[in-house]
Amino acid sequence: MIKNLPKAFKAAFPHTIPVLTGFIFLGIAYGILMSGRGFGWYWILLTSVVVFAGALQFVGISLLTSVFDPLYAFLIAISVNARHLFYGISMLEKFSGTGKIKPYLIFGMCDETFSILCSTEPPENVDKRAFMFAVTALHQSYWVVGGVIGGLIGPLLTFDTYGIDFVMTAFFVVIFINKWRASKNHAPALIGLGAATAGVLVFGADNFIIPAMILIIVCLTVFRKQLAKGEE
Amino acid sequence: MPTITQALILIAILSLGTAITRFLPFVFFPNAESAPPYVHYLGKMLPTAAISLLVVYCFREIELTAAPHGLPEVIAIAAVAALHIWKKNTLLSIAAGTVVYMGLVQFVF
Repeated sequence: MIKNLPKAFKAAFPHTIPVLTGFIFLGIAYGILMSGRGFGWYWILLTSVVVFAGALQFVGISLLTSVFDPLYAFLIAISVNARHLFYGISMLEKFSGTGKIKPYLIFGMCDETFSILCSTEPPENVDKRAFMFAVTALHQSYWVVGGVIGGLIGPLLTFDTYGIDFVMTAFFVVIFINKWRASKNHAPALIGLGAATAGVLVFGADNFIIPAMILIIVCLTVFRKQLAKGEE
Repeated sequence: MPTITQALILIAILSLGTAITRFLPFVFFPNAESAPPYVHYLGKMLPTAAISLLVVYCFREIELTAAPHGLPEVIAIAAVAALHIWKKNTLLSIAAGTVVYMGLVQFVF
């Protein structure tokens, strides 16, 4: 059993406020886009509960409205979300010993949940596992609620929403700036930018993620000595 | 446009694919202690590199050689970055940048 869950939610809530606002906003944008393609709020509820991966859900809108191709959808899901492999490797230690809630912590680890869990420690009187569970569950509930709100108000909107999907881009740019400012060692950021840009130029917009990930791993491996030093 | 059954199958597949990417490292290393130092090193370096990858991902379809040459994106991102460095308010940066972008693509370019 997880101890003192209400206490953990109370402790976690302040840390999740930026994501609350961001996810409600992004979720509404997602809901508006989905409803614009004819998917009612219950479809949005379903995808946000069982997929819970913002970038893929945005990409998924076009998959759900074009020719039925399950294998292509699977490959897209793997490649768009392949970065989660990187997050999983980062959280191996933190999630060990979390018992019954471990599967949900892993299932719910989106970009935002990951960045909070790896940078925030709960107060001493709050159970660590309960805290991590609370952050994850709060984030997912914001995302679900935002999406459903967007799905409900989308059909009522009369202004042109063209370009609203830029919220996703702006969100990642902000996360990037935060990460850049949080660390003196900019090598991982520069390796990421360089490898991804090279990937787009060589493999094109649709196929670059996996080659870029491999290039990142190669760079991190080759320069391990220098990079590990910079981190200390 | 897929049927309802096909849409449900697609959502199940998106869910499965996502779960695989999230669970795989834990399947390979059920005990964190048993993971080699190299994996721990990657765990430290990868988050920032992954965010960088995401940023490039958002810009992957910009055509620099055709009008408007990615200008709406460049201007909106400059607005996001400037505002965020100045005010450090995540929501404000995102909201303002999106409004700038929507204005640019709807009325200017």
